[in-house]
Amino acid sequence: MYLRRDGLDPAHELGDARESASVHRMVTVFGVPAYVVTRYADVKNALADYERFSNRRPSWPGLLNSPAPPDGADDQREADTAGGLLATDPPDHTRLRRMLSPEFTVRRMNQLEPRVVDIVEQHLDAMEDAGPPADLVAQFALPIPSLVICELLGVPYEERDGFQRRSTRQLDLALPIPERMELALQGRAYMRSLVERARREPGDDILGTLVRKYGDDVTDPELTGIGALLLLAGHETTSNMLALGTLALLEHTEQLAAVRDTPDAVGPAVEELLRYLSVVQTAIPRMTTTDVEIDGVTIPARQLVLLSMPVGNRDPRFIESPDTLDIRRGEPGHLAFGHGVHHCLGAPLARMEMRIAYPALLRRFPRLRLVDDVSEVQFKKTHFIYGVRSLGVRW
Amino acid sequence: MVTSMRVQADRDVCIGAGMCVMTADRVFDQDDDGIVVVATPDVPVGEQEQVRRAVALCPSGALRIVAE
Repeated sequence: MYLRRDGLDPAHELGDARESASVHRMVTVFGVPAYVVTRYADVKNALADYERFSNRRPSWPGLLNSPAPPDGADDQREADTAGGLLATDPPDHTRLRRMLSPEFTVRRMNQLEPRVVDIVEQHLDAMEDAGPPADLVAQFALPIPSLVICELLGVPYEERDGFQRRSTRQLDLALPIPERMELALQGRAYMRSLVERARREPGDDILGTLVRKYGDDVTDPELTGIGALLLLAGHETTSNMLALGTLALLEHTEQLAAVRDTPDAVGPAVEELLRYLSVVQTAIPRMTTTDVEIDGVTIPARQLVLLSMPVGNRDPRFIESPDTLDIRRGEPGHLAFGHGVHHCLGAPLARMEMRIAYPALLRRFPRLRLVDDVSEVQFKKTHFIYGVRSLGVRW
Repeated sequence: MVTSMRVQADRDVCIGAGMCVMTADRVFDQDDDGIVVVATPDVPVGEQEQVRRAVALCPSGALRIVAE
């Protein structure tokens, strides 16, 4: 229920639920009861409150980066989850995050920008050479962020068949939990081999930089966890935004024209698309460390709490006419990247990729349109991160 | 009326998200580690609105207006 969408919008039942009360108790797709928080201010406050809403939790199936321990072996669990930024609280989290923050500064992103422009242009050239129709997901939205994160992290892009297939399946909540855990372990095993290589010959990429800078102060399992998370997150977030955002603009042709023709419109448009589409369905489940009260509801200690960014971002208490896409408002206070200490590490990268990719696509193909009616578009209804499976376009 | 504003950053709390630099780049900067540096602690009138936005947006809650 809490994942349900209707095309580009959260299902209207979710909006109705938010208007009746902020907190709803329900059973998750894993059969575990949880409290879902829906109003903007409550979602934001809970995201900021890592002491009472913890990311550390007992092993629980189906979470992003924390496969359950085989045979309950604690050492194995430690090794399998080390470096999991999303499974730790401060101060452990602070130490790991601080290793990575130099790699995502505004200045670093500015340095990276020309390379991203090149990558976008290469993919547009390839689309143009092949001619219409094209699948925007396979030819544009997925490969661009994939190549960018591979170069940044130090992952051989030629090996993408393996990790691209794993990453999308790993986040499909419709797949059996053991299969998804197996995919997560395979992803870690693959990253482990890259970490070992970076130890031997550290390059200029993030893995190599961490090895040179921190040496023995960072363990192989930690580097593996960091690398696996960045690779997964680098694939499944911006790529879904690029495809879904293009679809949203194709449905709003005047706004599409503004993004195409007016450079100053692009930054605010990216913020509005992030808010409106909010592809990350919920924050990583939090666990209450004590009894907490939200909107008059007491949530006991040790309960799972799902913070709904998509529903919070459509809260009329946050923004006027929240269900209308209006790229002129450019409100950056949305929850699409989360809030608090786990606020998306890659947000500056994602913003930069989107600011470059949307207008470049629309300028190259000013007559871009869908091959099929929008009613034919296949959405990823069961994924932790929302998107489209493919998007046929012509020009 | 011209009012003064002073902004402070807790560099131990900062997570280097860069939202402040994105919002008010004449007042905030990031050091090489991505951690916030307040370049202009006494905020000029023309920047005050942006600084208020940056304080509200800061994911880690590292920014504070200490005098206004």
